[in-house]
Order: sequence, then structure tokens, then C-alpha cells
Amino acid sequence: MAATVETAQTVKEVAERKYKYGFVTEIESETAPKGLGEEVIGFISAKKGEPDWLLEWRLKAYRHWLTMPEPLWANVTFDALDYQDAYYYSAPKTAEGPKSLEEVDPELLRTYEKLGIPLREQEMLAGVAVDAVFDSVSVATTFKKKLHEVGVIFCSISEAVQTHPELVREYLGSVVPYADNKHATLNSAVFTDGSFVYVPKGVRCPMELSTYFRINAANTGQFERTLIIADEGSYVSYLEGCTAPMRDEHQLHAAVVELVALKDAEIKYSTVQNWYPGDEEGRGGIFNFVTKRGACRGDNSKISWTQVETGSAITWKYPSCILQGDNSVGEFYSIAITNNMQQADTGTKMIHLGKNTRSRIIAKGISAGRSNSTYRGLVKVSPKAHGARNHTQCDSLLIGERCGAHTVPYIESKNRSARVEHEATTSKISEDQLFYCRQRGIGEEEAVALVVNGFCREVLQQLPMEFAVEAQKLVGISLEGSVG
Amino acid sequence: MLEITNLHATVDGKAILKGIDLTIQPGEMHAIMGPNGSGKSTLAYILSGRDGYEVTEGEVRYEGRDLLVMAPEERAAEGLFLAFQYPVEIPGVPNTTFLKEALNAGRKHRGEGPLDAMQFLKLIRQKTQELGMTDEMLKRAVNVGFSGGEKKRNEILQMAVLEPKLAVLDETDSGLDIDALKTVADGVNALRGPDRSMLVITHYQRLLNYIVPDKVHVLAQGRIARTGGPELAEELEAKGYAEFTTAAA
Ligand SMILES: Nc1ncnc2c1ncn2[C@@H]1O[C@H](COP(=O)(O)OP(=O)(O)OP(=O)(O)O)[C@@H](O)[C@H]1O
Ligand SMILES: [Mg+2]
Repeated sequence: MAATVETAQTVKEVAERKYKYGFVTEIESETAPKGLGEEVIGFISAKKGEPDWLLEWRLKAYRHWLTMPEPLWANVTFDALDYQDAYYYSAPKTAEGPKSLEEVDPELLRTYEKLGIPLREQEMLAGVAVDAVFDSVSVATTFKKKLHEVGVIFCSISEAVQTHPELVREYLGSVVPYADNKHATLNSAVFTDGSFVYVPKGVRCPMELSTYFRINAANTGQFERTLIIADEGSYVSYLEGCTAPMRDEHQLHAAVVELVALKDAEIKYSTVQNWYPGDEEGRGGIFNFVTKRGACRGDNSKISWTQVETGSAITWKYPSCILQGDNSVGEFYSIAITNNMQQADTGTKMIHLGKNTRSRIIAKGISAGRSNSTYRGLVKVSPKAHGARNHTQCDSLLIGERCGAHTVPYIESKNRSARVEHEATTSKISEDQLFYCRQRGIGEEEAVALVVNGFCREVLQQLPMEFAVEAQKLVGISLEGSVG
Repeated sequence: MLEITNLHATVDGKAILKGIDLTIQPGEMHAIMGPNGSGKSTLAYILSGRDGYEVTEGEVRYEGRDLLVMAPEERAAEGLFLAFQYPVEIPGVPNTTFLKEALNAGRKHRGEGPLDAMQFLKLIRQKTQELGMTDEMLKRAVNVGFSGGEKKRNEILQMAVLEPKLAVLDETDSGLDIDALKTVADGVNALRGPDRSMLVITHYQRLLNYIVPDKVHVLAQGRIARTGGPELAEELEAKGYAEFTTAAA
């Protein structure tokens, strides 16, 4: 793990160029008319050649959305969103159905290379299959063949609507219903793309599946919808990484992720979120309002969320587990880093319904600059969840004098045999530790990165190896300028 | 190597060092002894550049350069090492990672490339064995859960790996059992050479049986009250510091 030395280099690069991923790709987009309405939804649905039931579902969601008030409970502040002042569909023009990498616009491939996911290489480098989402259309999917051999379906959700409509129809909205919350409902109405995964009975997915999301066109919200189904006795590990270019105006990202684990199945879902956070004064940056939820439907199933949230102007997400099956397990490992003017209100919900269900929460919040970070977590034990157990550990680390960290645990236990434990700590980054590192020759920024990486270790260890190194670097990059 | 002239320093507005003069030539080993609270650690922190320790007068030259304008990490990369009186715990950061970061930071500063994983492992294995430490301690987080003596040994391990030109050891012998004291002394002696200098802060003459100093200084009430050879340490052991604390009072 030589991450911090590399971090130092990366930090320097970033210091010079600021947000490393802040380039804009010059590609003509085919865009829906500006604004939101039934015609726009019709346009999206028609573009994708969707069946009637799906258009109906979208419209039902839209009509419901119109009746919903803006949620105001989170510990974040921002100006009201103008939903009419955005585009809801933007597709690179050349991207209509590329069948192989050769058909993909070379400009796009270069963009991915800048992001550090050279698809061409990826095909050779065993281990990771990437379904890259560029704005709204999935432009390239690798490793399909190998996955096909074991029966794993991994494609864009639009493609799945065409090729596996029965699966999509059965599970779409089954974990996050269309009327769930304002942002998820908007997503249901206008979602444009995202990933779909189905792992058949007894299959252990032979590689990490990975999607890189990226918002490119100005003023487009990104509304992906991801659906992962792990059939009985199967296993899959999925990683989502995100970056977005630098822009002055805010952009809305309202994604929905639904996970379904059937009997004895396990899903590991990891996120490295590095959307553009805005500048030092809080101009620009992504509003990351995401609904992620997994259902442990079958007995002995397990869903594990790991997230490293370093980007976005505002992050607002609570990856959750509904523990329906007996003995099912839900885990949430989180690192949320905020710097400058960033705001994060994030956490999880563990809903214990089945017997002997267990959940474990480890949340590490790091705040620097004038940022604010809130952990908000709900642990709910239903009357039938005999023997349910939860352990929550929440640690906050403050860097500097002007940032804030808050912990808001909600515990509702309706079963006397349940055990719910919550521990929380808040500390300042230690001058002693930083000086100790510096006395050994480690520069100040690197020292912060090293100490913070140590603070986050339990969570970083949950990430797939190949991404843990990336994540460690990000930790350093996102805290750049937080000391001195 | 090191030239301290008329050094005055305050902590929290309180004057601690009140005119220190001390010169250490390359290859020399100096010991500083003195009563609790006399400013020994303060001097060590001033030399290593810790925040909060303010120099109000005087200067310090290291290899002919003004040491006081350099950042702590620069001083370290230029070969100044401080073995802390109270080594710091860094949870979640494995000892090996820390050593590697530190070593490669220094190499980078000197324009050398980082050691590859194999070379690095070989190096620390060797040093670890020499100091009677286990591999298990390398995997553990820096100083976390280490006993007092283990922490001191870990400081010497870092010193052995970084091979500084000027090492300041702040009570590295305190809290060590007899065997550990010998191992640490061996570690220190192994590093001695014509180009390296050491400043050893200690309360006990027994360390100086193993690490024989060229000079012994008594720091009392913010000044070097007396300088002598190794025999001064024995005298202090017998008589204590009464002479120095009352004289100035
Ligand atoms: N941060 C601080 N704030 C206030 N006073 C301080 C601070 N640091 C040191 N001092 C004071 O400065 C004086 C010198 O302290 P220092 O640690 O240098 O002593 P020392 O000679 O190393 O003592 P010991 O032998 O006990 O290690 C003491 O009176 C101490 O209380
Ligand atoms: Mg001291």
C-alpha cells in the first residue's frame, strides 16, 4: 500500500488543475426538449422503444410526483430546484447501439481513459467488466461473453427492458416503489439509463462488475436506475464509480438503485462517488440525491453496502437493507468526506423483519473546510424479528475549526429479544499525529491523507482490492487544501 | 553539523529556553541531562520544528543552513530525526506503511526513486530482526497497543530505517528493561559514524555506559549550566541537580 506517496503526486496534479476530471467532451448530443412534462417522458420512452406498461409506470410516477412536497428534513441547505430548467435526456449522437468497442466514438473512449478506465485495456485485464454510462446511454459493455457463459446478465437497463422484460417487470420498483420519495419518484418518471444485473441460481459471478457514471452535457440531470437481482445461492460484487466535469451551475443527480437477494444469495455493492463538489465558495457541483435500497428477501441472504463519498456539493443518500429473510444480514460501511462548502447527509436504514437478522454499520465522517457532515441512521426492529442484532459504530473526524459533524441515530425496537448497540465518537485530527508524520519526512498533505486513511481503514478494507487503492488516493485528493 | 547560538524560546508565552549555546561536530555524540521541566524536550521540538514553540532570539544552523526556516518534513528529509519521548499512536496505519511512506518521502526529497516492495521488505526485515522486534509488530498500527518499551524500540527501528545524519533521542532509554536498553544502545551504536551526530537526552547515567558520549551537558533553567565529559554524568548521578537549580534561584 504505497497509496499516500501516489496521493502526494495526485494531490499536486490536482492542485495545479484543481478538479482532475473537470474536462468536457466535445460531442454533439441529442437532447430532449428542455423541461419536465408528460411529452418529455413520452419522448424518452419512445426513444428507447419501451413497452406500454413501462410508459404507464413512468407517467403514474410523474403524476404522483406533481403532488409531492419537497423533502426538507435533511441537514442541508440549498436553493429550491428548478425542474423546468434542465434537460432530462441527453444521448451522445453517435451512440445509437454500438455493438462493440470499435463502434464507440473514439472521443468517448478518450474520456474514459482520462477517467482511468481504458476499456480496451479492461478487456484484457481480467477481473473487471465495465458497463460505462455516458450521460444517459450505455455506450459500451465489455466482458459480456464471459458472463454469458455462466448465465449472468449484465447490461444497460434499457437493453434489459428489451431482452428480459419479464425480469424487469417483476423487480423494477419492487424495492423502491415509484411513490417512495420525491427524488426516487422523479427518477421513476424520467430514468434514462443504468445497469441491470441478474445472477442465476447458484452462480458465483466470476468477476467484479463495475459501472462508471459520468455527467457530461451541461444542465442534464442524470437519472440512472440500477437493478440487481441475485437469485438463490448466488453471489455478485458490483462497483459503481462516479465523476462529473466542472460546471458553474448545479446539476441534479437522482439515481435509484434496487437490490434483490433471494435465499442464500449475497450482493456486495460498492460505490466510489467523486462527483464534482463545486469550488471553494460553493459554486457549482452536483446535487447527489440518491435512493439505494436492498431487499434480503430470502433466508440467509446478505447485502453489503460500501461507500466512499468524496464528491458532490450535496450528498443525500441512505443505502438501506430490508432484512426480510430469517438470518439475513445487512451491512453498511461508509466513508463520507466533505471539504470546503460541501454538505453531506448520509447514513443507512436497517429494517429487521425476519428472525435472527443481523446488521452492522460502520460510518466514518471526515469534515474539513466549512463543510458539514451528518450521519443519519435508522435501525428498526419489527415485533417478529426475534433475536435481531445491530451494531452501529459512527466516528467523526474534524479538520480545522469551521466544519461540522452531526450524528443522528434513530432506533425503533419492537422486539424485546433484539439487541441494538450504538457507539459514536467525534474527534479532531490530531496535531500530534500530523507532527509525528512530518518529523519522519512525510509532507503535510500526505500526513493528513495517511492519518485519515488510517481512520477509515475498517471501511476501506471492505472495498474490492483493485478499488481500495483508488479510494485511498481519493481520500487524499478530496482533502487537498484542508490544512495549512 | 549543528550550531545553536543564544537560543531563546517560549511556549504559550512562557520563556523556557533562555540562551542555549551548543555545537555538535559531525561524528560526535552529545548527551543532555537535566531536571524535569528544564526544557530538554522543548529544545528537541524546536530543532524538529514543532508548531507552538516560538524562537524569540538566536539561531540554529544545520549543515551550515538556517534550520529554523525549514518545514518539519524538510528537516527530516535533510536527515534530522527525533525519537519522541512520547511516541504517537496512529490508528489504522500499519507500521510498514508508515515506514515506507517515511522512507520514500526522504528518497524523493533527495531525488531518488522509491524502493520497490521487495527491496523495502528486505530492508525492514533485517532492521526488525536486529532490534529484536517481530514481524507481527510491523503489521500492527503505528504504536497502537504497544507497551512503553515497544514504542521506544519502534522509534529506534524508524531511526535505523531512515538513517538520519543528526538523531535527537528524547529519553529513549526511559521505560526500557535491561535487555531492551542494550538492544536500543546497539541500534544507536550501529548508526554511529564519522558523518553522523547524535544528541541524546537522558536522565540516567546507565545508558551512557553503552553509548559513550563525547560531551555531557546539563540543561537547567533554560540554559546549558555545565558541560563536561562522560564523568559528569556519573557526578550528576551521585549528587543530583541541586547545585544547578539553587544557583540561579
Ligand atoms: N504546550 C505547553 N504549554 C505550556 N507549558 C509548556 C508546554 N510545553 C512545555 N511546557 C513547559 O515547558 C517546560 C519545559 O518542558 P519540557 O518538556 O521541555 O521539559 P523536559 O526538560 O523535557 O522535562 P522532562 O525531563 O520531564 O521530560 C515545563 O515547565 C513545561 O511545563
Ligand atoms: Mg522531556
